[in-house]
Amino acid sequence: MLRVRRVAVIGNPNVGKTTLFNALTGLSQQVGNYPGVTVEKKTGLLSDDVELIDLPGTYSLAAHSPDQKVVVNLLDGRQEGERRPDLLLAIIDAANLHRNLYVVTQILELGIPTLVALNMVDAAEKSGVKVDVAGFSKALGVPVFVTVANKSEGIDELKRALLNPSVPAPRPAWSWPEPLAREIAQVAKTFEVDGFFASRALIDEEGSAEAELIERRGDVARTALKEARDRIKAGGQTPAGLEARMRYAWIEQAIAPHVSRGPAGTNFTQKLDGILIHRLWGTIVFAALMAVIFMSIFQWAAPLMDGIDMAFSWLGDLVRSLFVGSAAEGGMLESLLVDGVIAGTGSVLIFLPQIMILFLFIAVLEDCGYMARAAFLMDRLLRFCGLSGHSFIPLMSSFTCAIPGVMATRTIADPRDRLITILVAPLMSCSARIPVYAMLTAAFVPAVTLAGFLPLQGLVFASMYFVGILVAVPVAWILKKRIARGSPSTFVMELPSYKWPGTRTVLMRVWLAIREFVVRAGTIILAISIVIWALSYFPHSSQVHAKYEAQRQAAKTPEDLQAIDQAESGEHLRNSIFGRVGRIVEPAVRPLGWDWRIGMAVLASFPAREVIVSTLRITYDLGEEGEDETLTQKLQASTWPDGRPVFTLAVALSIMVFFALCLQCGATVAVIRRETRSWKWAAFAFLYMTALAYLGALATHQIGSWV
Amino acid sequence: MKLSECPIRQGGKIVRVEAVGRIGQRLLEMGFIEGADVRVVRVAPLGDPIEVEIQHYHLSLRKSEASLVEIRP
Repeated sequence: MLRVRRVAVIGNPNVGKTTLFNALTGLSQQVGNYPGVTVEKKTGLLSDDVELIDLPGTYSLAAHSPDQKVVVNLLDGRQEGERRPDLLLAIIDAANLHRNLYVVTQILELGIPTLVALNMVDAAEKSGVKVDVAGFSKALGVPVFVTVANKSEGIDELKRALLNPSVPAPRPAWSWPEPLAREIAQVAKTFEVDGFFASRALIDEEGSAEAELIERRGDVARTALKEARDRIKAGGQTPAGLEARMRYAWIEQAIAPHVSRGPAGTNFTQKLDGILIHRLWGTIVFAALMAVIFMSIFQWAAPLMDGIDMAFSWLGDLVRSLFVGSAAEGGMLESLLVDGVIAGTGSVLIFLPQIMILFLFIAVLEDCGYMARAAFLMDRLLRFCGLSGHSFIPLMSSFTCAIPGVMATRTIADPRDRLITILVAPLMSCSARIPVYAMLTAAFVPAVTLAGFLPLQGLVFASMYFVGILVAVPVAWILKKRIARGSPSTFVMELPSYKWPGTRTVLMRVWLAIREFVVRAGTIILAISIVIWALSYFPHSSQVHAKYEAQRQAAKTPEDLQAIDQAESGEHLRNSIFGRVGRIVEPAVRPLGWDWRIGMAVLASFPAREVIVSTLRITYDLGEEGEDETLTQKLQASTWPDGRPVFTLAVALSIMVFFALCLQCGATVAVIRRETRSWKWAAFAFLYMTALAYLGALATHQIGSWV
Repeated sequence: MKLSECPIRQGGKIVRVEAVGRIGQRLLEMGFIEGADVRVVRVAPLGDPIEVEIQHYHLSLRKSEASLVEIRP
């Protein structure tokens, strides 16, 4: 039986590993996950019997988090459910050999046959770096292949080598210096572990290997490691310092004879950075770029989304017409198919334009190297919330839609920062909240100007955005304290050379993001849509239907018929489970100034916030679509049983604040679940935001009606 | 002098790195070893972080992290 050969692909970030992996595996890529961590398991097939597994970009095998630990365990053959790789492919950047070789020297000690791909040689040559490949290969002790992945050069040769089984195991020409060697051997012997694990447990203070050893062997291990480290430190060195020196010293003397560096000359990256991260110009360019991204999404996504909306309406009408004249006309099956399944599928696909456009921008910015600059510029600002510059673009993206924003948090390396960014992203007021803000502001905020030129309506609208931001800052701080597990995150970040983004890499990234969204999140959203449909449909009283049928017989004009349809929808909704629940929770929402109709509409909008507008319309017998003015009139005229108007300014504000702070988006919940790999965090996000929204609306109404 | 205090466009040879836990180890792995040349390229508009050149590449780090590196100009 032929066993599939596993090749693990490893290398620093920014070396073109993704491009090379894509070139080798194409569309056969699959994304899965390792249990218990958020790092993705990316695999692909080079051929029927050679599987490639793409490990996350890493600078070293020193693991300090569960995500990093998975990578190291996998290489060491200690990852549950994963076989040790048969072959390693290390990808290094020709222009950055010293740092790139650090992790390579580590993996060569694992004793697994290894190939090295020397990538991006074209860019290296342009900056004056020339490598004598044969000499370099001999010094390293492994075969070296020259590639320019984004131009598909050298790929075929590499493929042949990967398919050819005879690559010898490497024999490192360096070794641990004393006293490190002695202490590592001692740890290995005492605790009966292999040398690699022992070295990591000893060197990586507070790292994953140490944690695992202590978990297995208790305080004996803790003491032994501490004493060993103290002995080494007594000699004036630290274990980590000894390792770094050993590796870099060997790297320098091994490659120096085979690498020539020409004159530095005019470096394109440096010149461009002179503008792009300049104190003044850099900030201006950055702000302009963010504005362009924002505008583009609104400009381009809106018509596409309208198109999808129309397509699904048309499809719904088509299916409805199939039922005309049949016994099942107007019945449950028709409603399930049209209002449940078709509307539900439409509600998934409608997010695609925003996701595609945003991901396109993000992929281009990341591939060309600008993302690191954006993080560099914004880091100081984000430290107010306990986050880093890497969170800026995901959070900013969430102002259009939290779904691509949450998906974009993959660029955040620190797992805690990523989690907090994900949990706070939905507080950034997204575009779905705009119809709610717009309708309520226009209807209930006086159309006056402050200081003669500032429109009050505009100010109130804008302040809703700030509500989200102002709340997000303390929330992020608190979350950081509560989920504080372990050592603080670092912001040591490479600023890679600028390069022209690769079309294939970019498009592949967008495609993979879309595919994942539709398949994973899409199924959950569809399920939620059908549940919501059921809650607003049942119990569907046939007596009510008969009553309206009788009215239809007596109708004289098309307007009469329309009014009857609208009244019927209204009554069905009021009698539905949603309607009944709305009445039951009315006491809970009265302190917010809401009556049961508002309560019901807000409940119905939990899966998708923009639904509130159409739900209110149906509740007031206005039918699903129509002019805003008619709804406004109905709302303004709506009263409590004692005659007081329901919709005061304070009430309108409390509804808006609720919407600003609440996670009313099944799609976002589904994506949070996907990105955090747990329902726990998705549920937490939903619950904490609902609580915040309730309290915010309560405070707004109480203070507002008192003022 | 600490790397965090070094004026821009200047640098020196590293004499010491405080290998304090994860941050120190990370710096060492990225090439901040004794004897390596490091140069401060620029500072971010808001004053932090800073961009340095080391081992033939460019890196950004916070001043709090840079203060762990001692250099001789």
